[in-house]
Amino acid sequence: MSAALLGLDAVSATYGPIQALRGVSIEVPEGSVVALLGANGAGKTTTLRAISGMVKTTGRISFDGHDISRSRPEDVARLGIAHVPSGRGIMAQLTVWENLQMGAYTRRDRSAVKQDAARVIGYFPWIEERRSQVAVTLSGGEQQMLAIGRALMMRPRMILLDEPSLGLAPLIVRKIFDLIATINREEKLTILLVEQNANMALRVSQSAYVLEVGRVVLEGAAQDLARNESVRRSYLGD
Amino acid sequence: MSRCAAHTWATEGAPELIELAAQGFLPSFLQQMISGAAAGAVFASLALALVLIYRAMDIANFAQGEMAMFGTFIAYALITGDFGLIGTKLGFLQVHLPFWAAFALAVIVSFALGVLIERVLIRPFEGAPLLTLVIVTLGLFSIVNGTAGLNWGYVFKTFYSPFPSDAFEVGGIFIGKQDVGIIVVTLVVLAIVFVFFRYTRLGLAMRAAALYPEASRLLGVRTSWMLALGWGLAAAVGAVSGMMVAPIVFLDPNMMQSVLLFAFAAAVLGGIESPLGAVVGGIAIGILLALVGTYVPGGQNLRVPFGLLVMVGVLLVRPAGLFGHIEARRV
Repeated sequence: MSAALLGLDAVSATYGPIQALRGVSIEVPEGSVVALLGANGAGKTTTLRAISGMVKTTGRISFDGHDISRSRPEDVARLGIAHVPSGRGIMAQLTVWENLQMGAYTRRDRSAVKQDAARVIGYFPWIEERRSQVAVTLSGGEQQMLAIGRALMMRPRMILLDEPSLGLAPLIVRKIFDLIATINREEKLTILLVEQNANMALRVSQSAYVLEVGRVVLEGAAQDLARNESVRRSYLGD
Repeated sequence: MSRCAAHTWATEGAPELIELAAQGFLPSFLQQMISGAAAGAVFASLALALVLIYRAMDIANFAQGEMAMFGTFIAYALITGDFGLIGTKLGFLQVHLPFWAAFALAVIVSFALGVLIERVLIRPFEGAPLLTLVIVTLGLFSIVNGTAGLNWGYVFKTFYSPFPSDAFEVGGIFIGKQDVGIIVVTLVVLAIVFVFFRYTRLGLAMRAAALYPEASRLLGVRTSWMLALGWGLAAAVGAVSGMMVAPIVFLDPNMMQSVLLFAFAAAVLGGIESPLGAVVGGIAIGILLALVGTYVPGGQNLRVPFGLLVMVGVLLVRPAGLFGHIEARRV
């Protein structure tokens, strides 16, 4: 078996009476971008929340050799998983700079944090001049970029991205996905990407899983899925 | 000695002041403003403590005043060596610290007690309905009040002021040194709290954890500990208000109850989520009460109803208060 950085093995989760995940198994190889596709309510977000310890699960979730099935969100984060939630999780009343600083909260290596801040500003030069602005004043695209920048400040091993295209204009969506490809390449970051925009997601990812009502119904290499008839019909709008 | 002392304090001042007040409206008015501001500083620090807890948990901590009272008793014990019942049982606590050493220690002990209270009494109710938590703080009110009463009794005790009792004269206006001292100490404490929250990593994390707990946890913040630190900080800030007011109202387990009422009014006036609002609201309430007490016929007895009136009025007319914004929190 290839060295998966993150592995889910028969993971189930319930929200009260609703079974959100029914035995989901997923593997994310180190250095890859893996897409998680599916309609609204298929369990994509729940999968990410399960990884981060935000919902109770059965089954096994392992990350880099650690069993994180019972871990709390803060401990999962400290192991090196940066979770950019749907809606970006921006701290609206804090400044842009404070948001970035919060990304480095658990780190003690001050000089490396400074370097990372410089690198994030390299990706998003606008952050420099708007650093003391309250984050709520940013546009949706800028908030998404700030959320990704903040995740990079954690210097994580892996990023979970939940619907980065949500509510953004097509041009911005393209920019965000270019960025995802770039950080995967440049930062050697493993990425698990949840998307409704399957078209975009399949372009930046190497493999993908399709979820339906809490189950994986299809999995494979991204280019194969992009050619798959039922995927094209259901998710690519053909 | 009557509890009345507590209620008339802000308007009474030193005897010289009263004598002078007869000489003209303006000097008297300014003196009222200053002693009102000193009372307001006491309300402000307790109000700030309330706001710290409210921002973190969305609850009014009804025990905040009692926690401040307890911190003041600790300072009193360290200064006088009177550790109450526990002291007579143990018999070896012969300490007589100078005021400021006792002040600093009491602040530290209060902080530790605040953290402990959160861990032991609040933590088990994590995720419980807010009403449950409010009732827990009411229980805490009785526990702390009863503990202090059991140990030290309900007899008023003298808590010596660290400030001289005379006054400065500035252009015909007499300014009580005690009033100035209270205002300065409070402003220093508030400045420290402000700098902590604004410029330190931990302060930033505490703000983030209070306002955005879920996003903070995803960044590795141990939000549950942040909450405990918040309780500690609130207890420490509250203790300062207790130690500043105790020389004036005398020390006893019930001494903070009217102060708590005015602190609530101050916090509501400032906007219950705004630390700056708590401070401005506190000073404003202090001055308003001083003026009501002096210029409204029978005003001395109207101070408590007036405090309530301010609270209800603000909630009716502008629920977000002076510095609050309603929409900022919930997504």
